[in-house]
Amino acid sequence: MTLLGTLALWLALLVGVWGALAGFVGGLKDRPDLARSARNAVFAMCGALLVAVASLEWALFQHDFNVEYVAAYTSRNLPIFYTWSALYAGQKGSLLFWATVLSAFGSLALVVTPRRHRELLPYVAGVVSVVAAFFISVMLFGHANPFQRLPFTPLDGSGLNPQLQNPGMVFHPPMLYLGYISITIPFAFAIAALLSKRLDTDWLVAIRKWTLLSWLFLSVGICLGMWWAYVELGWGGYWAWDPVENASLLPWLTMTAFLHSVMIQEKRGMLKKWNLALIIGSWLLSIFGTFITRSGVISSVHSFTQSSVGYFFLAFLIVSGVASFALYANRLPLLEAEARLESMVSREASFLFNNLLFIGIAFSVLWGTLFPILSELVQGVKITYGPATFNFVNIPLGLALLLLTGIGPLIAWRRASVPNLRRQFAVPATAGGFMALVLLVAGMRDFYAVVAMGLGAFVAATIVQEFARGTGARRRQYGEAYPLAFARLIARNRRRYGGYIVHAGIVILFVAFAGMAFKTETEATLRPGESASLRSPYGYTYTFTSLGLSQYDALNRQVTAAAVEVRRDGRKIGLLNPEKRQHVDAFGRPTFQPSTEPGIMSLLREDLYVVMGGVVNGTEQAVFRFTINPLVWWVWYGGMIIALGGLIVMWPGGSPVAKRSQAGYAVRLVGEQ
Amino acid sequence: MNAGTKFAIGAVLIVAAVGYLMASGVKQTGQYFLTPTELTQKIAVDPSFYDVGMKVGAHVVPGTVSKDVATQTLRFQVTDGSARYPVVFHGLPPDTFNDSVEVVVEGRLKKDGVIYATNVLAKCGSRYEAVPKA
Repeated sequence: MTLLGTLALWLALLVGVWGALAGFVGGLKDRPDLARSARNAVFAMCGALLVAVASLEWALFQHDFNVEYVAAYTSRNLPIFYTWSALYAGQKGSLLFWATVLSAFGSLALVVTPRRHRELLPYVAGVVSVVAAFFISVMLFGHANPFQRLPFTPLDGSGLNPQLQNPGMVFHPPMLYLGYISITIPFAFAIAALLSKRLDTDWLVAIRKWTLLSWLFLSVGICLGMWWAYVELGWGGYWAWDPVENASLLPWLTMTAFLHSVMIQEKRGMLKKWNLALIIGSWLLSIFGTFITRSGVISSVHSFTQSSVGYFFLAFLIVSGVASFALYANRLPLLEAEARLESMVSREASFLFNNLLFIGIAFSVLWGTLFPILSELVQGVKITYGPATFNFVNIPLGLALLLLTGIGPLIAWRRASVPNLRRQFAVPATAGGFMALVLLVAGMRDFYAVVAMGLGAFVAATIVQEFARGTGARRRQYGEAYPLAFARLIARNRRRYGGYIVHAGIVILFVAFAGMAFKTETEATLRPGESASLRSPYGYTYTFTSLGLSQYDALNRQVTAAAVEVRRDGRKIGLLNPEKRQHVDAFGRPTFQPSTEPGIMSLLREDLYVVMGGVVNGTEQAVFRFTINPLVWWVWYGGMIIALGGLIVMWPGGSPVAKRSQAGYAVRLVGEQ
Repeated sequence: MNAGTKFAIGAVLIVAAVGYLMASGVKQTGQYFLTPTELTQKIAVDPSFYDVGMKVGAHVVPGTVSKDVATQTLRFQVTDGSARYPVVFHGLPPDTFNDSVEVVVEGRLKKDGVIYATNVLAKCGSRYEAVPKA
């Protein structure tokens, strides 16, 4: 089967090179036959890569340990869905996954794009082919062929790292990859528009949904990553400004900026250059992210093995960056704005500032990620740019952005008048100020937390006000009951109200982040029966009593678990079970380092988080770290609400179709009367 | 003054704010990242470098790790081949910590020549691949 896999890779590479040639030549020389051929090449590449994936999965499930990749990432006793997910657990497999998903997205884009964008499609096929062919050549020429065989056959594989043996592993990496990979599609459309000189607003519509799709995958992937870090890594937080986390945040920031500024282009014909640059930049950042996770240039908890693969990515990054921006610079004269900014107090201006802030944050994150390298190059000494620095820079910028989240959607286009401002912002501003005041009176003294929650209340009030006004208007106009009016309000204006729902999720996230300012923790060494206590930021006193340890064998590991009883102000509220795990292979020999599994009790207002650090040899005395993390669940709720809002915006049959059906409906109503 | 100019001023202000935040962020919260040899040189040149927060990246010297679970104290030595420093750390070491791993020690070097760590990060050559069997 591995022979089949390797053959499929070679076939995909050849077809990809052909697709690239046929696509670009077909587009430039206007040759429909070549354009068709490029389209078929993308389909064929997708088919060949799917065959390669199937053969790798076959080898994984057959436990064919003669295949180096299978031996490196799985073992006989690995639970079955982690065997499946080993496909993207390692460097080589994830490259295959990348190329395959890209060719699938590319095929989908070629199939679903409406006929009126037909001129763009040969170039889209070309760009997709080039990028996919690059990934395949990394596998074939960069010593990263997942089908590589070993000179001998080990009895058992090394198994999957215990930290990857978490349900998060099945969902988080694919989601993130889907986000990363699908950015190539809007990028391909952007390059196509530049090459074909079709730079009207029309092509934007074609790529807005694709950008939204990548944005949605990336958002969900990032949230799942935070969840995984929180429940698996045992340090009690969900975001550490690790280079790889930053790498996923960077394209997210630039795409979020794009999704906002694209509205200015649609409505007012401004910002064309800016929008194209954002799309190209987002794609380059996604490749940059792939580069830093795979090259070992920057040390990170996520890094794959250091390997020469990094050089391929660096070269690709530079070549494609120079090529895209050269093309972009060449077409700049075609991208003149159709309107000018009229007033600073207008929606255009607030969106422009929103964009500047997004880019400012993205720049500072990029700078901070590269800072250790840069400082060594320039000053000869490494200076760290740690979480404290990132927070120092990004908390104020993030809060400014939160403020604009409330202002942007409500302020008038072109030029806002004083009555407009009063009508839109009087209530929300009062709500925000009131919230801040209440928190201050209640004794909250963390400056940023008070500001974050005050601004959160402001934005939340703008959103509630919008929904209330919209629902009220429908009720008056159509005589619908409130729930129906509310549902139809969203269904008929998905883009607008889905957007508000996303904003509501963002507010919840900010409140959750602010809550982490009040994290408290203590460490204690406890014998059975002994207890430690911790005061929560809400004023409760939690008492943690060790009830003793137990040891048992599970599926592929030996577990030492502690039972810890939790009391709040003396009343028992439950048990926590932090674990220490030693994974073993099929012969009972230990593999990997022992791993820690925190015990977590999630309440609406705070999480109780217990990690068992170690056991005093031969006794039941153990070391624990008890942490109270306020509002952690709000992060996951916020993430879910953002995903829901994104889905509402994305849902097919949006603007043009809906307008048509509404028009039909109106005609019928008139006929009925 | 037209809106475009005003916007340009606003944009410059935002860019300046980002730049200012980054510069002062590094100044206030950035730390030196040194190898033990660099630390020794630094101390020799500038004795005020004692008791300054920094990070040291080095290997744990095999056989020097002593762990007292009851008092949560971890003692070990780090080296980069030439210079060598003892480290004391109170708290829970990471899962991946053992006596041959590469570590990043965050803390302060005191006059007694010991690094008092506030945080110890263990680096696995590749976190997601198995330790090669001997």
